Amino acid sequence: MSRIDKKFKELKQLKKKAFIAFISAGDPDLRTTADLVIALGNAGVDIIELGIPFSDPLADGPTIQASFERALKKGVTVPKILQMVGQVRKFSQTPIALMTSYNPVFHYGEEKFIKDAKAAGVDGIIIPDLPPEEAKTLIALARKADISTVFFFSPTTAAHRVKRISDASTGFIYYVSLTGVTGARTALPPDLIETIKKAKRATKKPVCVGFGISTREQVKAISAVSDGVIVGSAIVKEIEKNSSQPDMVDRVAQFVKNLMI
Amino acid sequence: MSLPDKFGHFGEFGGKYVPETLMAVLEELETTFTKARHDKKFKDEFAHYLKEYAGRPTNLYLAKRLSSHFKHLKVYLKREDLLHTGAHKINNTLGQIILAKRMGKTRIIAETGAGQHGVATATAAALFGLKCEIYMGEEDIHRQSLNVFRMKLMGAKVVPVTSGSKTLKDAMNEAIRDWVTNVNDTFYIIGSVAGPHPYPLMVREFQSVIGLEARKQFVMKEKKLPDYLVACVGGGSNAMGLFHAFFNDKKVKIVGVEAAGHGLASGQHSAAVCAGETGVLHGSKSKLLQTADGQIKIAHSIAAGLDYPGVGPEHSYYKSIGRADYIGVTDKEAIEGLKLLSQSEGIIPALETSHAIGYLSKLDAKVKGKASVIVCLSGRGDKDVNTMKDLI
Repeated sequence: MSRIDKKFKELKQLKKKAFIAFISAGDPDLRTTADLVIALGNAGVDIIELGIPFSDPLADGPTIQASFERALKKGVTVPKILQMVGQVRKFSQTPIALMTSYNPVFHYGEEKFIKDAKAAGVDGIIIPDLPPEEAKTLIALARKADISTVFFFSPTTAAHRVKRISDASTGFIYYVSLTGVTGARTALPPDLIETIKKAKRATKKPVCVGFGISTREQVKAISAVSDGVIVGSAIVKEIEKNSSQPDMVDRVAQFVKNLMI
Repeated sequence: MSLPDKFGHFGEFGGKYVPETLMAVLEELETTFTKARHDKKFKDEFAHYLKEYAGRPTNLYLAKRLSSHFKHLKVYLKREDLLHTGAHKINNTLGQIILAKRMGKTRIIAETGAGQHGVATATAAALFGLKCEIYMGEEDIHRQSLNVFRMKLMGAKVVPVTSGSKTLKDAMNEAIRDWVTNVNDTFYIIGSVAGPHPYPLMVREFQSVIGLEARKQFVMKEKKLPDYLVACVGGGSNAMGLFHAFFNDKKVKIVGVEAAGHGLASGQHSAAVCAGETGVLHGSKSKLLQTADGQIKIAHSIAAGLDYPGVGPEHSYYKSIGRADYIGVTDKEAIEGLKLLSQSEGIIPALETSHAIGYLSKLDAKVKGKASVIVCLSGRGDKDVNTMKDLI
């Protein structure tokens, strides 16, 4: 049972919902990312979704794209990120799921990636451009290492693929709230609550909802019908906005606290 | 077994590496395409537009004066440049737009580098009365202003892409992001044998008319098969279009010519098969220019249509099984090819195509005795005259 599975078990007992915070590793720099992971954990974030920057992310909107570009300009690499996670583990046991495009993982070598991620203390992987059909090797490796593999439901997922996705997923299932890329939105689809309920009925695994969520009200409404929410771009924006402030980490932690219910 | 397999794999290459939101529409597209390719009504409609509208069949022209420039080569040109809109791209866009209609999609999007695919898409969209938006890198918009104007004249909206290297790769990123967002009403016409399954298969099918015609025409004229096929490879649609019909003709040697830019050693090129490593970009696994950390490298070529860090997965497969050779031709060598064809035959090729012509002197140096060659003359050079003015 990975740290993510344990977290959901614990939340269930407490009748609470997960709050998952996304940040880009290396934006503004890896040292600060480490501080952010620790501070967000202390602020009550249940799981950290840590983005490994990629030059050409297909599922990400302008906010996360820009944060990846900033991080890559600083020379962030997969080994440096894993090293940072290893350092963080001395201070924080908040579950960490790595989110990235498939190419950095494939290029690093799937076997080596899982091995090194495990050694660093990573708990899960989320790869939006890797459907379960193409993920057989990675799933097998992750299972052995007890690293959760998070796959996606989207509003367009066909009924015949639901079981396959659910079976391939451990930790939780990422429900994409809308057809589109990541990025804060003022309005989410009007039928979102209904579609989440439908997704929940289709699987026994925890279903967490992400894409477009940026306000406390959205967090509240969506948490009520799901097992948790994922907030990304709104936090990344806050990091960028405060990047020149000496107390940026505290400000971002406070911002996230204000989002949580 | 005929490739690709059910999930779009050519050996280890190809596949479907896309966000979950697109999986359903890819399945829908695959179903529509699979039905259409065996449907007489679709085949007749496609053939009708290729003949009556685009101007097929294109000639297989024996380029005598060009050939006389070489010691060993007898060069035939497959004249895709004579098609409506001036390049092979129209073959594919007509096929895909008929599918879009069948699927009830009302909006067309496409990426473009040189603008040839953008123009061919805008053309097909105008012909079928569909709304059309073309994603094009800002850098390419400057390089190919004539094609930008052509697209606009036909009612398409050209969306400048300012992210990344501002070229074809980034235009494709943005087109995919648009598609993820507007997946319900939008059809994405990919311009090459790239992208997720079923695109590499589908685009190959729509372009395979090039090789089917060329094979028949060559046999009529020469009573045998050619010794060599030569085509430029960016994503690789004109090349695959020519090569596919000859796949089982093992004696026919196949050469894909990649853009070596300032030279393969310089690191500034677009030669994914020659110098890339296996990776995943834009929905499929193939050879890819990438850094030690798996980030995508910025490609370079004088030809906007070849300026792409990846390549269609089936080309990586051809290379892996030794069915084709892939060779780099530099910017400079391409310009020499352009001049040679213009001055020996009165045919101005596109800068992309000029790479294939530029390769012929290398081939001539290699060949012993006489060899017959079919070169895919994939596009005409009118769009490049502004670039050429500064170079020649």
